Amino acid sequence: MEARTATGDERFEDRSRQWLYGLLPLALIVAAVGLFVALGAPGLGERRGPPVEELAVERTVLEPGIIELTVRNDGPDPVTVAQVQVNDAFAAFTGGEGEIDRLATETLRIQQPWVEGEAYEVALVTSTGATIAHEIAAAVETPANDAGFFGLMALLGIYVGVIPVALGMLWLPWVRRIPPGALRVVLALTVGLLAFLAIDATLEGLELSGEGSQAFGGAALVLVGAAVAFLALTGAGEWLKARQKGAGGAHLALLVAVGIGLHNLGEGVAIGSAYAAGALALGAFLVVGFALHNTTEGLAIVAPIAKTQPSLGRLAVLGLVAGAPAVLGAWIGAAAYNASLAAFLFGFGAGAIVQVIVQLAPSIKDGEGRLLHPPAVAGLLGGMGLMFATGLLVAV
Amino acid sequence: MSAAAGALHATVPHSHPWEHEAAAQTHAGHGSNGHVGGHASFRGGGVNHRANGFDPHAILRDFDWGTTRRTASGRVIREWTLTASDKEIEVAPGISFPAWTYNGRIPGPTLRAREGERLRITFQNGSEHPHTIHFHGIHPAEMDGVPGLGAGQIEPGESTVYEFDALPFGLHLYHCHVRPLAEHIAKGLYGAFLIDPKEGREEADELVMVMNGFDTNFDRANEVYAANTIGFAYMDQPIAVKRDELVRIYLVNVLEYDLINSFHLHGNLFHYIPTGTSLKPSEFTDTVMLCQGQRGILEWRFPHPGRYMFHAHQSEFTELGWQGFFEVT
Repeated sequence: MEARTATGDERFEDRSRQWLYGLLPLALIVAAVGLFVALGAPGLGERRGPPVEELAVERTVLEPGIIELTVRNDGPDPVTVAQVQVNDAFAAFTGGEGEIDRLATETLRIQQPWVEGEAYEVALVTSTGATIAHEIAAAVETPANDAGFFGLMALLGIYVGVIPVALGMLWLPWVRRIPPGALRVVLALTVGLLAFLAIDATLEGLELSGEGSQAFGGAALVLVGAAVAFLALTGAGEWLKARQKGAGGAHLALLVAVGIGLHNLGEGVAIGSAYAAGALALGAFLVVGFALHNTTEGLAIVAPIAKTQPSLGRLAVLGLVAGAPAVLGAWIGAAAYNASLAAFLFGFGAGAIVQVIVQLAPSIKDGEGRLLHPPAVAGLLGGMGLMFATGLLVAV
Repeated sequence: MSAAAGALHATVPHSHPWEHEAAAQTHAGHGSNGHVGGHASFRGGGVNHRANGFDPHAILRDFDWGTTRRTASGRVIREWTLTASDKEIEVAPGISFPAWTYNGRIPGPTLRAREGERLRITFQNGSEHPHTIHFHGIHPAEMDGVPGLGAGQIEPGESTVYEFDALPFGLHLYHCHVRPLAEHIAKGLYGAFLIDPKEGREEADELVMVMNGFDTNFDRANEVYAANTIGFAYMDQPIAVKRDELVRIYLVNVLEYDLINSFHLHGNLFHYIPTGTSLKPSEFTDTVMLCQGQRGILEWRFPHPGRYMFHAHQSEFTELGWQGFFEVT
């Protein structure tokens, strides 16, 4: 595309210059930083004041007679755990014999004859005498990661994710038969549902981000997760659009399913971790609550494809894409819970849902091209109200 | 330690316990990595007594009689020099604490005199902070070691002499009395001050226990409790005593931040003389409760051999370090 005629040699020279001008500043930056570090930050001198010691407890596992804490150093300085106290008594422990460097993790196994249902405060006493407290609100044995446990988590995921979404998709024949005006209200209703989920997931993610290691960004993780999901799904959507021209409803349904699936992944993590911590009362009420809550998600998937004739297999795939991540989430939450990861996943789910809303919004427009026409507003408010009401039935 | 304090440290006569008690510091590796026989304990064996400059086992039986001379009239003048210094000490394995000390140890030396002697204590402040020595006992106001009276507050690098009669006989204590008081005491500026009655007391295996604690994270609550500074030291290595021999403990409570402290003996009862100001015990018991500054003398004999625990009867203090064993043979 050269505007002027140029010989190959000249073009080669232009290219290498381009590279040179691009890489030279990088090389200089690397050299300057290296020199600065090699000289020991000349002119700045030593730090004033004592070291800043911070440890975040990322995972608590309770076995009979043992409290196991996985800690991460999320402060600027190395930390040494010299002694451990449990409820104001020194306790024997293994692990953490040396310094824990910045961002490194260490697992401490503390000998404590804990009693089920009682509260414990673990104080990690550092080499400078500082204490880092961790509270266990109610001690409950952590379930073993065996096949039976994974089976239970899978069943839970199917109950709260897969089955409700599939049930919600049973509205497909109905949405096919209603007039276009009513379908727009249904679509507005689903956007309302999704908007509520996005807000809910963001708030839950922000709450979790406070518990995790702040070194990984804390609340920023939620927003970054949301941005990543939004951009990735937008890119994927545009790519799908370019490939299959005309099949707007089908790819929209898939995007909605993916968005809801990512949301359910986060929901599964919350359920699994709550179960592992003993904070979740398993039972009919929980499952019924989640079922009602998530059934409405099935409606959101089928509403965009009211005009098409998808095969049963395709519908099944859409249902699984939306519901099955709850199973995966429950596994992650129960077996490898990490507050920072969970916060990121909640943000990720929220971003995915926002992307779905952006995709769905045009279908709400009435004949005159208005988006927020009275029936649409009624639908949006109805959707949010429905989610709020069914959300009252579940508390994780 | 500042350069001035270092110079003072070099010139002031003082003793290091390990020079006399070679056996006491050979137990660096005695601790285990778990509970000692099911009891609470520190991880990592013991603290480095040599680096600390004192050993609780040596402090137990270390009485500082000072130096004496007689006046023309024949009266005994007993003299000591106490130097305040700032010093990092290991209060529990792996935990360092920026302490303030008299003569580089916590508790400070156990000053011992006889009733009626003239006492002269030279105080040199090698710390970077102002300090005093306030003695309990009977003395003139200007010798009270509090700011605004007599020499008042002794600034860094300065010194003074406290002089008074050894009265009354009994078990007393001394400590710094500079504001903020809680900090100046809790950082380690205290010690036992013992005045023997003229007629003396019955021959006994005499031990000093100063009950204290350390607030390592400065939240005005102690993280570690002990008798003579190092928690669990007498668990890891029990105090050896002889069957049927009279045991006498000079017990002083200086614990800051907690309202009370206590001493409880297992498998036995003891005769208790509050403040040591009498020759006759007032109580036969196995538990005494003391507020800060309270002290007393405990006397008993073990009729049976074996290991007997002693500890604060506040379970929290016990499991945070303040417990030990007597090994009776």
